[in-house]
Amino acid sequence: MAPGRDTGAAGLTLASALEAHAFLRGVPGDLVRRIATIAHEVSLPAGAFVIREGDDADRLYLIRAGAAALEVTMPGKPVVRLETLGPDDILGLSWMNPPHRWQFDARVVEPVTAIAIEAGPLRDWIRDDPRMGQAVAMRLVSQLQRRLERVRLQRLDVYGAEA
Amino acid sequence: MATAPLPVCGLVPHPLRIAQVRRETVDTFTIALDVAGWPGGYTFAPGQFNMLYAFGMGESAISVSGDPGQPGRLVHTIRAVGTVTRALQRLRRGAAVGVRGPYGTAWPLADAEGGDLLLMAGGLGLAPLRPVVYHVLRHRARFGAVALLVGARTPEALPFRRELARWARHGDIQVRVTVDRAGADWRGAVGVVPALARDVRVSPGRARAFLCGPEVMLRFAERELSALGFDHARIFVSLERNMTCAIGHCGHCQLGPSFVCRDGPVFPYDRVRPFFLTREA
Repeated sequence: MAPGRDTGAAGLTLASALEAHAFLRGVPGDLVRRIATIAHEVSLPAGAFVIREGDDADRLYLIRAGAAALEVTMPGKPVVRLETLGPDDILGLSWMNPPHRWQFDARVVEPVTAIAIEAGPLRDWIRDDPRMGQAVAMRLVSQLQRRLERVRLQRLDVYGAEA
Repeated sequence: MATAPLPVCGLVPHPLRIAQVRRETVDTFTIALDVAGWPGGYTFAPGQFNMLYAFGMGESAISVSGDPGQPGRLVHTIRAVGTVTRALQRLRRGAAVGVRGPYGTAWPLADAEGGDLLLMAGGLGLAPLRPVVYHVLRHRARFGAVALLVGARTPEALPFRRELARWARHGDIQVRVTVDRAGADWRGAVGVVPALARDVRVSPGRARAFLCGPEVMLRFAERELSALGFDHARIFVSLERNMTCAIGHCGHCQLGPSFVCRDGPVFPYDRVRPFFLTREA
């Protein structure tokens, strides 16, 4: 488990925080309240790892404040930062599909406050409950599309090519 | 016997001395020209450019990157990528540079007053927006929330690093910087600059957006800003083309019905949008 401090916010407050996050905005209230039962708030200091490559991918993080950087470590080479994620971003996608292992490290750049959602139950609900599946899966697809667009723009290396 | 100063007309460069040279990045430098001898005094509006002539080599169109409130120094920030700009890079303090200008359209700063302002720069696209920042800081009360978003390839390729840090510290405007690639020692963001637009407090309904950078970046930026609620009519872009004459005669910088040198470089986004997706423009 990643280092952190669970703040133990009341369920109602947590549901409100979930509803206010861009990822779940517009999701029916009963579904948000259900998600709140498998969620908790997490605070992480600068320098802490949110996730580590190879560990169990057991949570979906909704970042509320601060920033965390996705990093990749290569033997004998300096750590490379791939992308920084901040408020209203989600962190952690590897829980969606087997083998449910994190593919990258994520390290806190600015102290992070996030909501951690237990991935196992969420995955089951997405599979078994069409309403939950529709609400969450489509939002995940939307996030993936946005992230893919960003990566493609990065890959274009537009500043290197400018004349 | 004293000679009369050369007239500053359409195609005749006026010689100015370099007062200062500063290295920005490995291939980018800033030169300040002494404009004391400019006939009638030199003034420009943020967004305009000059043709800089490296004697014996040729001319290049370079945006003014200095403070419009300091008319004694004419400042340009240049990336050494071709014959002319490499020749300019070799010049030192006291050397002469031919200048004609200023040319082109300016950022619509007067229209932006009373509202918020979002400035987005990619790479050396920060140079034509830097005079806007100076202007805003000098007349801060005339504007609402102001955000400056800057993207670069790497932290080392970031121009005006110290100045960005100073503006960020000062707090009069929101400054966000991101790079495409960085190591663990980089404290800023990693990612594309359009994504930063979500992280700043600017009200899309009352803001104008001024964008300058590679055209692919501008396209992505427009999509991001539209998703946030920016109206196209409030988005302005500065374009770069092969500007040779700078007065709309030669046609080298033609973009559809417009000449970038004469009708631009600053355009309302709607006017140039169709050409962003044209394979040959």
